[in-house]
Amino acid sequence: MEAQKSQLGLPEGYVVEHDPDDLWGDSRVIVNIGPTHPAMHGALRMVAKLNGETIEKSYCEFGYTHRAKEKLGENRTFHNFIVYTDRLNYCSALLNNVVYAMSVERLMGIEVPDRCVWLRMICCEMARIIDHLICIGINAVDLGAFSFFLYGFHQREEAYTLIEKLCGARLTTSYARIGGMMADAPEGWEKDLKIWIAKTRTVIDEMDNLLTNNKIWKKRTVGVGVFDKEKCLQYSYSGPNARAAGIDIDLRRDQPCLFYKDVEFDVPIAQNGDVFDRYMVRLAEIRQSLNILSQCADKMKKGPIWTEDKRVRIPDKDVVYNTMEGMIHHFKFFMTGFDVPAGEAYTQFEAANGELGFYIVSKGSPRAHRMRIRGPSVWHFQGISPMVQGEKLADMVAALGSINIIAGELDR
Amino acid sequence: MDVRQPISANGGDWLTKFGDQWKTQTTQIKEKFRDKIEEICLPPDYPTDVPILFVKKEGILEVLNFLKSEPGFEYGFLADITATDEEEEPRFHVVYNLFSQVHKCRIRLKVRVRDGELVPSATAVWKGADWAEREVYDMFGIKFEGHPDLRRILMDNRWVGHPLRKDYPLRGYQVFTEPMPVDPDLLA
Repeated sequence: MEAQKSQLGLPEGYVVEHDPDDLWGDSRVIVNIGPTHPAMHGALRMVAKLNGETIEKSYCEFGYTHRAKEKLGENRTFHNFIVYTDRLNYCSALLNNVVYAMSVERLMGIEVPDRCVWLRMICCEMARIIDHLICIGINAVDLGAFSFFLYGFHQREEAYTLIEKLCGARLTTSYARIGGMMADAPEGWEKDLKIWIAKTRTVIDEMDNLLTNNKIWKKRTVGVGVFDKEKCLQYSYSGPNARAAGIDIDLRRDQPCLFYKDVEFDVPIAQNGDVFDRYMVRLAEIRQSLNILSQCADKMKKGPIWTEDKRVRIPDKDVVYNTMEGMIHHFKFFMTGFDVPAGEAYTQFEAANGELGFYIVSKGSPRAHRMRIRGPSVWHFQGISPMVQGEKLADMVAALGSINIIAGELDR
Repeated sequence: MDVRQPISANGGDWLTKFGDQWKTQTTQIKEKFRDKIEEICLPPDYPTDVPILFVKKEGILEVLNFLKSEPGFEYGFLADITATDEEEEPRFHVVYNLFSQVHKCRIRLKVRVRDGELVPSATAVWKGADWAEREVYDMFGIKFEGHPDLRRILMDNRWVGHPLRKDYPLRGYQVFTEPMPVDPDLLA
């Protein structure tokens, strides 16, 4: 460096920043990806400083679809807030509904009947399968494997048809209610579910055969976007992304809620924490979820789906239309809402992408004092910059797809 | 209204499962950090799901470090950092939700801060606390001491006010006449 300096005849104190990897002499390019870009999953923005094709430095930005959900949670009644939970992780809306209902029930000390719990478990596992199908499908599309995605998406559409039979909506379900469910499953729905489970099993095997051992897929994913155990703990990774790095935590097994201790399932673990391992963990989890689903469909018995607790019970329509008291009850319920006793609880559940938590502080009124939503996507997205540091730009797309960022949950 | 009732855990009562452990852990912490712990709220007496430790802000990093690595505690997973606006002095509670992946139990830490006071940044303990603290700053205006890059995260950089404060209006809009400032990260 000193020799170089004298050769150039530079003045004293002038620092030559020479980088041996820099072929073209300080040719850094700043690439801006997003907020609206096909490779970004939602309105996210990533700015990368490139040396050639290698990412030297990057940072992420989000908040483009910020809808002030936490503020809304403080200004809507607990019942009104159910519809907003759909729009968190819109790939697994059922799961968000269920976790929210559980968290308010926990504050109120309400137990729901058995059939309701089984129904909720079915909702959670279906949502998980849909979410994983989207994640691995879109991840493959980003890397050029389009047909793989279509197999998964067909099954997803079939799942939405089942969900439509449950609650009349496909994407924004609002199915759970505090203390019960919006409606019972229709007659013969379990049979339809079992047909779907059998079909999905074969489709998952097909998808597995199609992609897992594909040479190009392996070259694009093995050893790419590595996020090891230590980093996962530093950045609070949870769910399949943490399990891909060898962290053996599944809240369904380790902090059982609903009836998860009554069903048998394995928790798939991988060691390397790269894109391929995340894909494999998600694929294995779909199979486990299918197992759970078929056990739930067998164990679900006929019975009530609403709790007996009068505070949260929505009055039946014939009572509302035919009696004065019922009508008043109906109006009081929807206009004023019910009081939730003072207290605070952080309720968490193993959502499709990781730990989804609702930290609700109540001061005894029908509105929450604080409604904090802990979405796993925020914590996963935070890790993307260190994850892709020193990787190629094209690998960033693979890494981003593999951790499954959902903008609705990220921005809230 | 003050209805005091123990908050049941969904599936498996945490109170019977972890009740003794919580008592021993909190007394241990109380003995170790005698002057740094303001108050300890345990579940059956206080309506909460897990114990809450109110820590003085000077001692929060020490307590977090202790809880993270001490054998027997090992709350190594930072589940969440958030805050609440209590509308009384001290105005804000900064809330840390921790999870022990070893013992499968949870604990909650709270720091009481007045408006404008600085809280030590937990990024020294967990790198991942970065964005959570930026969000707390964005939404409540609580500043963190030693944070590497304390900027707004969800709202626009030019935004005035902190939306999750209780005195923040529900309706209204802001018009920006200045162009979006260049991101300092780009110049670095």
